[in-house]
Amino acid sequence: MNSQARHERWIAFLMILPSIILLAIFVYGFIAWTGIVSISKWDGILPDYTFVGLSNYQKLFSLETGGISAVRFRIDLWNTLFFTVFFLFLCLLFGLVLAILLDQKVKGEGIFRTVYLFPMAISFVVTGVVWQWIFAPGTESRPRGVNALLGMIGLENLKWGWYTDPTRIGPLHIALIPVVIAAAWQMIGYTMAMYLAGLRGIPDDLREAARVDGATNSGVYRHVIMPLLRPITFSALIVLGHISLKIFDLIYTMTGKGPAFATDVPGVFMFETTFQGNHYAQGAAISIIMLLMVALVIIPYLIYSFRQEVEL
Amino acid sequence: MTARFNPARFAVYMLLILFALIFLIPVYVLLGSSFKTFAEVQDLSKMWSLPSSINLESFQAAWSGIPEQGLRGLGPNLINSIKLTIPATIISAMLGSMNGYVLSKWKFPGANIIFPLMLFGMFIPYQAVLVPLTVTLSRIGLGGTLWGLILVHVVYGIPITTLIFRNYYAEVPNEMVEASRIDGAGFFGIYRHIMFPLSLPGFVVVIIWQFTNIWNEFLFAVTLLQKPELQPITVALRNLSGSQIKEWNVVMAGALIAAIPTLIVYIVMGRYFIRGLLAGSVKG
Repeated sequence: MNSQARHERWIAFLMILPSIILLAIFVYGFIAWTGIVSISKWDGILPDYTFVGLSNYQKLFSLETGGISAVRFRIDLWNTLFFTVFFLFLCLLFGLVLAILLDQKVKGEGIFRTVYLFPMAISFVVTGVVWQWIFAPGTESRPRGVNALLGMIGLENLKWGWYTDPTRIGPLHIALIPVVIAAAWQMIGYTMAMYLAGLRGIPDDLREAARVDGATNSGVYRHVIMPLLRPITFSALIVLGHISLKIFDLIYTMTGKGPAFATDVPGVFMFETTFQGNHYAQGAAISIIMLLMVALVIIPYLIYSFRQEVEL
Repeated sequence: MTARFNPARFAVYMLLILFALIFLIPVYVLLGSSFKTFAEVQDLSKMWSLPSSINLESFQAAWSGIPEQGLRGLGPNLINSIKLTIPATIISAMLGSMNGYVLSKWKFPGANIIFPLMLFGMFIPYQAVLVPLTVTLSRIGLGGTLWGLILVHVVYGIPITTLIFRNYYAEVPNEMVEASRIDGAGFFGIYRHIMFPLSLPGFVVVIIWQFTNIWNEFLFAVTLLQKPELQPITVALRNLSGSQIKEWNVVMAGALIAAIPTLIVYIVMGRYFIRGLLAGSVKG
């Protein structure tokens, strides 16, 4: 390599260096800083970095030392689990169904696609506001929203409190159901777009070959197409899964923590305890746990993607 | 192909239409409620019926507020969103383009480790950086300002914009770059004469993606901007819907105002929007 080329390489590196430094500070530096806050005594407006070990984490997990915080955090974790599983199920199922339907060489495909995908273009805040209104239960005598609709079509028995109902089935809060519906409404189109791109990437010859071998249309899907879509299902699980682990905007706008924390999640708990309660150390501990949950999903995915040289 | 009735295809269309109608329910509610008067929206028996007349008073109230009721209008916040989104989008697109160029055509030793480390930044729950971020911004004099929020969106936008441009530039043949280098072009010459002129579609994808995400963002905005007159529209909308006096027609009109800019971009440039989406981008 001559000196000119080496010089050019240095320029290239210098051009990306500011971005690397900014991310090193704003991502890794700040995470480390939050980690330090999470093992400190900072519990009030003024910072207090006195080291207290893992006691802030202990208070989130142990009912004896943590009291209401531990109760709340335990509910949050169950809610996150329920929300994630239910949300992934709806998105993958309907995303796949819509993609397969659109793959049948239908007329007006562009219009349908636009309709299914438009919620992705709007804010979770708008989604939260609108679905809050749709699922607002009203009262027994003055039902609102979906309850009013159910009354109009004679399905009085199906009325319930929606996101205001603190009922649990085991550890699972049914108030999360309307929230999951709103989230799925927003993200099903995204899953559909991923599957549709996958379906379009499968060469027609492959389908033809299977048909020539005597496979029916559903047989082609089951034995040829579905196995080829597996990597897409995997990506969708990771992307949607990590979104639901850190969900905040939608729940904060639509329901907040809900009655008896029925719709509470770690993101909402962290926000309230930090910025409304000034319990900085506790908020930091919650956010570090959220980060660990997300990292558990994302880091293997990043490693996998780069090893495969698959575009993310 | 025969024109006779095919039950399977009929079922496909019926299902597609059914799903489309379900997806449009919130739009119906949004439009229906925002064109109603307050009196009409109060009548719960009519929640699902169309407005009896097209009434624009909710939009008027959502835009300029109702000062005598202490209701702030969203108009100034929409302007804030524009002032925030446009510079942040342009700066992060330019940074992403430069980074993508370096990472695709000027790989330095260690790039294969640094790039995934950069990408990790777009997946993290931002809760894990919020407190240090607030402290740092006020230390450098950007606390509680739109410029502070612009900086934040630029920085946390680096991973996705870099990723999209890196993958985009990877398609430019290396031979073109080599040929230009033999002709004596340097790092900037190649960028200016080869990469940048080819970048237009890449810029469209990135700009649409960043515009939509920054416009719709809530967590950074609600944490970093306390003054109501500085907040972008998402925060103002949430305050409007969380206020005690709940005039649903006004809230719905506000939601529509907040959604319209990104919806227009989506409808006009849908194809590029989907490309950004599939580039591995995520809503956080």
